[in-house]
Amino acid sequence: MEQFFLYSSIVLTIIIAVPLIRVVKGPTIFDRLLATNAIATKTLVLICLIGFLFDRIDMFIDITLAYAILGFIGSLTIAKFLESPKTSTKNE
Amino acid sequence: MSELQIILSVFLVMSGILLMLVGSIGILRLPDFFSRTHAVSKSDTLGIICVIFGLIIYEGFTQSSLKLFLIILFIVLSNPVGSHALGRAALKKGLTPFFSSDENEEDKL
Repeated sequence: MEQFFLYSSIVLTIIIAVPLIRVVKGPTIFDRLLATNAIATKTLVLICLIGFLFDRIDMFIDITLAYAILGFIGSLTIAKFLESPKTSTKNE
Repeated sequence: MSELQIILSVFLVMSGILLMLVGSIGILRLPDFFSRTHAVSKSDTLGIICVIFGLIIYEGFTQSSLKLFLIILFIVLSNPVGSHALGRAALKKGLTPFFSSDENEEDKL
């Protein structure tokens, strides 16, 4: 079972690295933000799997909760900031 | 730990990882922003639910599994809300969808 968690963590790391391509070449700023949001939500599962891999799930689960709340607040704040009519979203 | 518990947990974790792979490919392959929000909000949420539910079954009935259940509740509430906020901001900023009714506005991809 340890080996299963190890291999699924490796596969999940490769899956997390895929949206970085969209972060680099996204046409608008919203595409970059969406890909960043996807990376942040998938990292939660990776932290949970690493906690089961190290047999310290009681410590890693608190890190996961804090990370979830922080990522959600950051994404929502940037979305509300870009929604206001004063900010410009043009690419440079 | 019984055999049925391990089989169910492995099945749920593998199906969740497959769903997250589908979501990652969708972010790369779909044509515009408003269709990429589908890949982030729907398939990623279902993948996370599957993986963490499999971990709950592997853990058993302890305090950590209760916290994992709280993570599932928080993800179900927060991930579609974030995607919807980004989509509404993009729509207010004048980003046109790919399959819009106007024929002339296809230069904004």
